[in-house]
Amino acid sequence: MSDTSFAIELKGISKAFGPVQANKDINIAVPKGTIHGIIGENGAGKSTLMSILYGFYKADSGQIFISGKPTPIPDSQSAIRAGIGMVFQHFKLVQNFTVLENIILGAEEGAMLNTSLARARKTLKQLADDYELDVDPDALIEDLSVGHQQRVEILKALYRQADILILDEPTGVLTPAEADHLFRILKGLKEQGKTIILITHKLREIMESTDNVSVMRRGTMVATVKTAETSPEALAELMVGRKVLLEVEKGPATPGETVLKLEDLRIRDEHGVERLKGISLEIRAGEILGIAGVAGNGQSELLAALGGMMRATGRATLKGAALPLSGAGSDGQSRRRAGIAHVPEDRQHYGLILDFAAWENIAFGYHNDPDYQKNALIMDNAALKADTARKMETYDVRPPIPALAAKNFSGGNQQKIVVAREFEQDPVLLLVGQPTRGVDIGAIEFIHKQIIALRDKGVAVLLVSVELDEIMSLSDRIAVMFDGQIMGYRDPATTNERELGLLMAGITDQKGEAA
Amino acid sequence: MDRLPRWADLALVPLISLLLAAIISALVILAIGQDPWEAITVMVQGSLMSAYGWGYTLYYTTSFIFTGLCVTIAFHAGLFNIGGEGQAQLGGLGVALACLFIPWPHWSLALIGASLAAAAFGAAWIAIPAWLQARRGSHIVITTIMFNYIASSLMIFMLVDVLRPPGQQDPSTANFPAVTHIPSLDELPLFNLIFTKPVPANISLLIALAVAAGVWVLLWHTRLGYQIRAFGKSEAGARYAGISATKITMIALMLSGALAGMMAINNVMGEAERLVGNSASGAGFIGIAVALMGRNHPIGVVLAALLFGFLFQGGAELGMWTKIPIEMRIVVQGLVILFTGALDMMVRMMLTRIFALFRNPRPVGAA
Repeated sequence: MSDTSFAIELKGISKAFGPVQANKDINIAVPKGTIHGIIGENGAGKSTLMSILYGFYKADSGQIFISGKPTPIPDSQSAIRAGIGMVFQHFKLVQNFTVLENIILGAEEGAMLNTSLARARKTLKQLADDYELDVDPDALIEDLSVGHQQRVEILKALYRQADILILDEPTGVLTPAEADHLFRILKGLKEQGKTIILITHKLREIMESTDNVSVMRRGTMVATVKTAETSPEALAELMVGRKVLLEVEKGPATPGETVLKLEDLRIRDEHGVERLKGISLEIRAGEILGIAGVAGNGQSELLAALGGMMRATGRATLKGAALPLSGAGSDGQSRRRAGIAHVPEDRQHYGLILDFAAWENIAFGYHNDPDYQKNALIMDNAALKADTARKMETYDVRPPIPALAAKNFSGGNQQKIVVAREFEQDPVLLLVGQPTRGVDIGAIEFIHKQIIALRDKGVAVLLVSVELDEIMSLSDRIAVMFDGQIMGYRDPATTNERELGLLMAGITDQKGEAA
Repeated sequence: MDRLPRWADLALVPLISLLLAAIISALVILAIGQDPWEAITVMVQGSLMSAYGWGYTLYYTTSFIFTGLCVTIAFHAGLFNIGGEGQAQLGGLGVALACLFIPWPHWSLALIGASLAAAAFGAAWIAIPAWLQARRGSHIVITTIMFNYIASSLMIFMLVDVLRPPGQQDPSTANFPAVTHIPSLDELPLFNLIFTKPVPANISLLIALAVAAGVWVLLWHTRLGYQIRAFGKSEAGARYAGISATKITMIALMLSGALAGMMAINNVMGEAERLVGNSASGAGFIGIAVALMGRNHPIGVVLAALLFGFLFQGGAELGMWTKIPIEMRIVVQGLVILFTGALDMMVRMMLTRIFALFRNPRPVGAA
């Protein structure tokens, strides 16, 4: 009994991995020619559901209907035949193939490539004209921007005559301008009668681009509502299961003595390019200095130099004592002993050893801590596990299993492990890079609260983020970096995104600089 | 996707790989016109069915435990030490010098001294490649291979021109003094109840087992082991955590070299009781296969070393009692390495599918 006005209808889909019920009796109906959002926190079961729809997993029970017809999808070939196209978060393109070669990959016809290439070229031209999806068919993938690579993924799906397009966190890697373009493309596709399923955890995107939205929480579908009839606050509450503060609550700062003082900090990279061109700044106890800027303007190097990961020149003092920037005493261990905690920008690359268990990661960087030693030789793994269990509870890491490998936690929970480790060290200075990148709403709120709690305890905080909202809501002072220099300081209470945006682009012909 | 249960992953996969290697080996033996059933009977008879056979099997096993651990410890630091062969030969030099030139009062002290010398020489031999890796980024695989050749030339020089007693024709050292003779298993209390005839397996087997346990403690229960494993998994992460790449590379590789060197207490001190040319006779390379098959875990290494010990001894028996040439053991070893190492994923994927069949529609029975 199904309605043919629905492009996709899922009935009673369940899927368990061992004891974990990833999807529980999911029902969803997506009307043809609409953009349908699916939101939920990391680990809510969105990806599992989409993997079932694309034939990567087989559901334990339940049925899939495509245009009203029951359609089993045992593998991805069947999904493609059923008209489903998937654009993954991590693109699946051959880097040294051209756009055209990538498009026909797996859809070649005949022994010679020429015929399919020529056909693809014609179709591509047509698609580009129809949907504002222009990419140079002969460009190599490795030469394309991320935004263009994503278009190739969409083209790949359309070339295979997809009527239903699923996009998994499509804007995670895009600049705001690229994201806007993507949504224009999606609107165009919708007008041509395509159905689009958009998986994201960004409420703004849901509100701006979808017709309907379904909310998932802990494996179940908690609600499906019309986007026009809901609000970000209501959706956030549905996702998390409680009221969520989208705005950070914080009192005024009471800055104390100067904790970190930098003078003329400079870094050259291995190619001899100067990445930091004389940074001077001060951070006082009990204040958050936010560093705004477009990624790649020296923020990473600043964190790396202070965290003991990169050599620099210049002068630095921590609470009046000299902080070596190169040679002895400039490594990560010395920094930690000096009371500098560091939440790195890239938690998977730096902050965690993904193959290590959570408890091993809790000792990462603090493996010399006397609390973790049984005697001069042997580490106290039991104490470490107990400490991990305690921190996992305090920081609400899910699942709270110390023996689970870090790679098996969701992004938000991985970040909570790093945050728990660093925040619990009673630091003097806290370095935080992109604290909420790829982290879901509930966890963002939690991490923000913790940062402010540390500030109120008198910790000096250096916050680097490419999210302007985050910088503006957390910082007590904002410094804007451009091309390895600080372009100026602004007061978050009086500045706005426009003014910061100009500074971030290196334009300073406005008011005088505040020191 | 769906994962294998742990017991299947650890036991079933290697067993099936071995079975496949055995089947192909049987086909090869058939192809050269011999009887595979006779071959397997002779191999098992000669290596496992008598105390005497075990005495040889365990002798080879001892060497392979040392070289397997050598590869294992480097592997955990993300480094591939292929130079076990050269380090084991240098270890032999250390043992020879210690036994020939120090007047030991008792074999036990000689054993301790020779072990230290073997470890020190093995460690010293890898120190240069290790330093080149740590400071200059010269790839450890290339440099350790090169150092195998240098070791081999050095040993020829030492045995022909320096250590050979005057008048002796054969390029080897003099026999070690009798006091440095360490007990073989037939001379050890309790063990001599089983081993009644003289066998080459000796007390170094016990040292090898103790060292395996030590490596386990080191890797999973000490700060050093923690740092080695962290560095091996992520060099970038190690920099973040303030773990010195130079220090860990040097220490891990020198420990690795020391383990390879220590093999010499088994073959040089325990068996030959003098140093001969090419003393390691390939055990350094077998160590790579042992570590691979033992999944770089000390327990796995001990079990894999036992398997290769059996193949070595059984293969030697083949050459002695059948028309099958002794080289057949190289073919069999090659197949074992091929299936347990390179084709491991093939077996794993096959099994994963089979398990999924049983699991998916409805759990059939209890696992």
